[in-house]
Amino acid sequence: MESDLAAGFERLLNTDQRIEPRDWMPEAYRATLIRQIAQHAHSEIIGMQPEGNWISRAPSLRRKATLIAKVQDEAGHGLYLYGACETLGVDRADLLDLLHSGQQKYSSIFNYPTLSWADIGAVGWLVDGAAITNQVALCRCSYGPYARAMVRICKEESFHQRQGFDILNTLAHGTPAQQAMAQDAVDRWWWPSLMMFGPPDDASPHSAQSMAWRIKRHSNDELRQKFVDITVPQAAAAGLSLPDPELRWNEQRGHYDIGPIDWAEFWRVVKGDGPCNRQRMERRVQAHEEGRWVREAAVAHAAKHSKRSGADQAGTAA
Amino acid sequence: MSRDWPLWEVFVRSRRGLSHIHAGSVHAPDAQMALRNARDLYTRRQEGVSIWVVSSSAITASSPDEKDPFFAPAADKAYRHPTFYDIPSEVQTL
Repeated sequence: MESDLAAGFERLLNTDQRIEPRDWMPEAYRATLIRQIAQHAHSEIIGMQPEGNWISRAPSLRRKATLIAKVQDEAGHGLYLYGACETLGVDRADLLDLLHSGQQKYSSIFNYPTLSWADIGAVGWLVDGAAITNQVALCRCSYGPYARAMVRICKEESFHQRQGFDILNTLAHGTPAQQAMAQDAVDRWWWPSLMMFGPPDDASPHSAQSMAWRIKRHSNDELRQKFVDITVPQAAAAGLSLPDPELRWNEQRGHYDIGPIDWAEFWRVVKGDGPCNRQRMERRVQAHEEGRWVREAAVAHAAKHSKRSGADQAGTAA
Repeated sequence: MSRDWPLWEVFVRSRRGLSHIHAGSVHAPDAQMALRNARDLYTRRQEGVSIWVVSSSAITASSPDEKDPFFAPAADKAYRHPTFYDIPSEVQTL
């Protein structure tokens, strides 16, 4: 019986069809997806912090409105992803507990600080740019709810990346001090953005299984290369340089070559020793605790309302 | 017993003339708050002109285990499709 079910699962994968929540799936497939989607969801809501940091100091009303919309989108993306993860049979409250206790991770990129306004540009252009490169590939992930959440997220992310580029491009054509601020932000965010794609293929033990399950469609190094190839000409267009003396076009490969990535730094930050790990977690737990009364009030309101008017729900389905 | 608020499925009509399509789900303590949460989550860019929220527990679904037998009655009825019928080539607009 189990082997029939496994054969059915394999058949769906091999014919490039999607797995849906109530289908049979191997426990390891389910566990891998829960871990990956939860980490992705956590990254979206932790990612609100470095950008939220600049809402009150945005340089104009237009930039402020844009930034608020973007941070709200990140919250929305987190909710799409928690929703997708819950279809695998986990509770959202448990996922938040796992984040708050450090048992589940979020993307290490958010453990870097946003020191200047230009960092908001660099986060949008580089960090969201790298995320989009990853997420476009995930739109064809074998798990239906995750793929559908990705389609929605990718549509919204392209605004994020453009507004980021627009901030940096504006600064890069501004006063010498503004130009220096833009370049400084790019210098700090370039390498961590390249690390977002994860360890090189030969040091990424789970990649092969995820590729076989069609959760992942491209290897870490392929996606990183794709991002580099897209981004280098964009940097040139804005008049910004990328902090890699070995970066150059390789005619033979038809790709840009890059210098070595500092993987020791990557693992240091993953393991908790980045500039902001502690601050991000403290803020997240604090926000959750301080929101408790709002959640309780909403429940009390719903209870009171349902007692008062049993059946008068607004509207009918027509 | 879950510590989460009840789950609601969200259906959005993107514009007049189209039917509501499943967009995703939200947690909320009651239907009114589910509607507001769904508005904030699924229509931030004018994706909808109307939203339904339905308690997830109110949905009855066909079981994936029996999907072959459940949908089998339709499989051998090709005569329900117009392409089943051979029409002489000189006959137009049929």
